Order: sequence, then structure tokens, then C-alpha cells
Amino acid sequence: MSEAAAVAPRAARLNLGAWWVAPPLTILALLFLYPLALIARAALADDSGALNFAAALDVLNSRAFLNALLNTAEIALASTAGCLALGLTLALTLAFAPFPGAGFVARVIDTFIALPTFLVTLAFTFLYGSAGILNGVVTSGLGLEHPPIDFLYSAWGVILAEVTVYTPFVLRPLLAAFSLVDRSEIEVASLLGARPLRIVRQIILPAALPAAIAGGSLCLLLTVNEFGIVLFIGAKGVITLPLMIYSKAIQESDYQAACVIAIVNIALSLGLFGLYRYAARRLRG
Amino acid sequence: MSIAVPAASARVAAGAETAARSNVAFDGVSVAYRGAVVLKPLTLEVAAGEILAMIGPSGSGKTTALRAVAGFVRPAGGRIFVGGTDVTNLPPYERGLAMVVQNYALFPHMRVSENVAFGLNARGAAKDLIAERVEECLRIVGMPQYARRLPRELSGGQQQRVAIARALAVRPRVLLLDEPLSALDAQIRRAMVEEIAKLHSDLPDLTILYVTHDQSEALTLADRIAILKDGELCAIGRTADLYHRPPNRFAAEFLGRANLLPAVVEGEAAESGFVRVRVGEAKLVVAGRDHPAGAERLLCVRPQNLTLAGDAERSNRISAVVRDIHWQGELTHLVAEVGDAVVRVVATRLPNPPKRRDRLEVFFAPTDANLIAEDAIV
Repeated sequence: MSEAAAVAPRAARLNLGAWWVAPPLTILALLFLYPLALIARAALADDSGALNFAAALDVLNSRAFLNALLNTAEIALASTAGCLALGLTLALTLAFAPFPGAGFVARVIDTFIALPTFLVTLAFTFLYGSAGILNGVVTSGLGLEHPPIDFLYSAWGVILAEVTVYTPFVLRPLLAAFSLVDRSEIEVASLLGARPLRIVRQIILPAALPAAIAGGSLCLLLTVNEFGIVLFIGAKGVITLPLMIYSKAIQESDYQAACVIAIVNIALSLGLFGLYRYAARRLRG
Repeated sequence: MSIAVPAASARVAAGAETAARSNVAFDGVSVAYRGAVVLKPLTLEVAAGEILAMIGPSGSGKTTALRAVAGFVRPAGGRIFVGGTDVTNLPPYERGLAMVVQNYALFPHMRVSENVAFGLNARGAAKDLIAERVEECLRIVGMPQYARRLPRELSGGQQQRVAIARALAVRPRVLLLDEPLSALDAQIRRAMVEEIAKLHSDLPDLTILYVTHDQSEALTLADRIAILKDGELCAIGRTADLYHRPPNRFAAEFLGRANLLPAVVEGEAAESGFVRVRVGEAKLVVAGRDHPAGAERLLCVRPQNLTLAGDAERSNRISAVVRDIHWQGELTHLVAEVGDAVVRVVATRLPNPPKRRDRLEVFFAPTDANLIAEDAIV
């Protein structure tokens, strides 16, 4: 076959390939990019359709927005730290101190991923709420008039619920990373005189760092955008960005303010998603 | 590059005080996993400064025995002593041992110097001592110029040298080697065997427990060899003794693939320490004592001790028929039939090799053969 004959069909295939990109791009544009553009337009354009940053700056400079931003960051960071601490402890236990039923426990923890976030919150109200089981036991046990445990309807309640819901997102990559740690490294280190804590610190954690970063980034991303838990707990004074967007759009019908906050929320999410992708890439090596 | 110990550095891995407390003793040690016994009660002692090789096929229990010494598996029964101290219930980090494993197990995120320093840091050694010891141990294994490299930047042989340096740095009472050369290619493996032999001759107080499935490593390095089979000690003895006078069929076949021919003892020979035996129609004289007339034995003779040329020394003669010839460059392997049995002959020079189905006369000296009982144990 001549060279020209060999090249011609390949060129045709390439052209056809280029056209195949069009349908998914069109769907993406319609379902994702166009709504985003509408949000950006609603946030940054005035009634006449001209670009106007005044309203956006008013929202961004408002005390309520800054409080919500601070709350979002505090709750997300605290929840992520909690997820990392709990996830790491559980992963170390499940991977390196196996006990009968460890696999079952890991699968039970995994099922939290499948549960709606509000369901966990609802369970928490039965457990830790003012009329919950824990308060009931303590109140009747100690003969108290008022329930003594009162953290659920605060930022701590939100953090506890988020830690419960999102810990599996840290646990899973950590368990995967731990399964790749060469057991003979641990054994050799132990025989060289290293006690368990040193082995965790110097051998296991460095090997699992990309997994912890990936899981932590994902947690941060999800907790920044968490809406159901915050709304369901209804903690007094705990307003986060997603809740503020809901409040502005649905309760106050201030769509422009809602869109401005949404833009900030999207930027924050995309930044965290970039961090997650970077960490995940490192994890894959 | 070779593992060489400068005179002043010999103290790094051994010392007078080490020798006194570096013997290892298994006292009826057995190991079971979920009820399945993988090591039957094992009793043996490794003297201070000795290299004991534990060999055997897969599943023989040799690695399990080593891991029991290390503290990675808890014996179901028996006691383990290191330097006279019962270490059976001590965690690995309190046993004062070090180990080199097949896949090196270097810490991938640490540089070579950090790997070597790891054990010393774990034991709380002073910074000056650590720096001095790391430098000396890397010099011992011929790797001082690689101190700043990461393990992934080294070849397999270099990684194994670093693993040895890391083990030596803590001055272990006993060095445990678990198939340390298995991951290396044949040429590097041969070189490393020679280097480990030299290392031990330079550090004579270092006790080494060496697990391998490679008999040539064991024959080259070990003072004594223990052969395990199905979780049980099958034979143990000084290397040369075990090779030349295997106590049972398994030891003879596993260590050096000896020829085993069914023989019947006819009585004592004129010369003391020899007996007359019959193999098929051939009447032979071989080394042996205390074999009663009429007893059935296995005549054990190594392939390289059989020749095609008889002389006064090689007075034993067996008739055989050539079944196969394998030319391997330096060596020629002949496979021949002796009655219903098969013998292998290894010849270094064979100017006129026989052909298949040729009849052969095979010779061997009475001192090159011995008799073993079919059902003999250790």
C-alpha cells in the first residue's frame, strides 16, 4: 500500500473524531455552563443588562456575608480536621490492628456514604437532642430538671454531623493507601527498634500522605458546600454560604445577592476541587 | 565494588561483648496458624558467630522459624532464647536483632543515609554516633557515595547493600537474612554471596540465621545447614558433613541432588569403615559402619563423583545405559539407567561423549559414596 493511501483514511478518522466531541460539549454547555453563565450574569449585571459591580460589592462587603464566609470556612476546616483525625484512627486500626469483624465494620462505615446527610442529622436529634436518648438517660439518672447536653444546635452539632457523614471519604483512600504499604518495611523497622508510634509517624504516614491530602481535600470540598446538615440542625446563628444563598433566593427573593454569593461559593469549590485533583494525581503517582 | 570491612570498622557490627550474647536457641518452638501447624516443635541452637542456613522447599517452615525469632509470629509452644535470654514474649523492637529481607524493604521516602540511620534514631543514639556509624556502615557495603540517593535511584544489588548496612548499623545481636538474594539476577546473586561470605569473615562474631531455598547460597555461606520439610527439621549438620553424608533421602536429594540407588548390604569389607553392598548385579564397596548384612539401604553418590574412567581409586563400577545427554558449556550432564533406577553423571571434560542407548561403565571411589536408611530421620 502506498504512503498516501495509508494516510488518507487516518485523516478521515481524525476529522470524524473531532466531530464526536461536539455532542457532549453541547450537552455540557446546556446543562452546566449556560446555567453558570446565567448566575454570573444575574450577579454582575443590573436591570438594563449592563455590567455593574456595585450590588455585588455591597453583598461582598456586608457583615452577614463575611460572617457566613467565616462560618463556612471554620466549620469546613474543623469538620475536615475531625474527619482526618477519626478517619486516620479508624484506618490505622482496621488496617494494622485487625480484629474479628474488621471488614464488616469498614463496610458499615462505608454505608454512611450512601445515606442522605439529613438522615444522620435526624438520628443525632434522637441521640443528642434536648429530648434525645442521651439527655433522657442523664436527666433521669442524675435527677436534673433541664437536659444538660446542649451542643447539637450549635456549630459543634454541625461539625459532629459532618464528621460522621464525611469520615468515610477519608477512610476509604487511607485504607487503600495502607494496603499498599509493604508490611516488611514495618517489620524491619520494628526489629530495628522502632516502637509502634514511630512506625506510624515515620513509615506509614509518609506513605499515606497523598491519600490523606486527597481525602481531606474532598472532605473540605463537600463540607464547604454542605447544605442539608446545616439546614436540618438549624443551629442558631450558624449561617454558611449555601444556607445564605438559600435564604437570599427563597426567603428574601434577592436573586442578585444569592447569585453573587453563589459565584463566591463556586470559586471556592473549584479551587478546592483543583486541590483534590492535584492530590489525587499525586496519589496515583 | 565489594563489601569490605576496614579493620577499625569491625567494631561497628560486632564486638567482644556481642559474641557472648548472640547465640540463638529454639526450644521446642512450634507455630500454628488458625489451628494448622506450620512449624512442628523445633529444637536447635545457633552458636555465637555461626552462620546457620535454614533451607527447604516452599512451605517447609523455614521462614516461619525465622519470623518466630524476629517476633513477627508468636509460637504456639516452646521458647526462643537469644544470648541466653528468653525473648519469646518480647516485642520485636526489644529483641536487639536486625533483618534483611528479599525485597530489601528500604523506606522509599528516606534517603540512603536516613535509611541506615533509622534504627539508631529509633534506639535514641546520639547524633555524633549516628553520623559516624552511618558513614562506617555505608563504607562496609561500599556505598558511601550513595548516601544522598533515594532507594528508587539504586539498582537491586545496591538496595540490598543498603539494607545490609541498615541492619549492621544497630550492631544486632543476631542478623536474620530472609532470602536476601532471591530478587537479584544470577550474576549479582553470585557476587553478593561472595561478599556476604567476606563480610562474615571480617565480622566473625556476628551470628547469622540465613533462610534460603537456594542450596548453593547455603553451601557457600553456612557453617551448618538445617533442612526443613513440611514444617519439620529433616536434617542438620556441618555443611560439608551434610553434603557428603546426608542422613536421609530428602537431605540427599534436596542438597545437591544426589544419586540414590537401592542397595543390599552383604557384610563388612576387609578394610575397616567400609561395607560390601550389591546394587543390581554390581558388587561394590562403600564407606559405612553399623549396617547389618541383608539390610536394604540407599547408596548415595554425587553426580560429580561418578566418572567414565576407572582407576585404582575408583574401584566401584556400575553398568548403565545412556538415556539423555545435556551439554551445558563447562559441564556435560549424562542421564543413565541402572536397572530400574536413574543416575546423573556430571562431567567437566568429555572429549568423546557417548550417544543415547550406549552402554556405559560408570566408576566411583568407595569413599565418595555412603549408605542411608530409606526411613532415616535426623
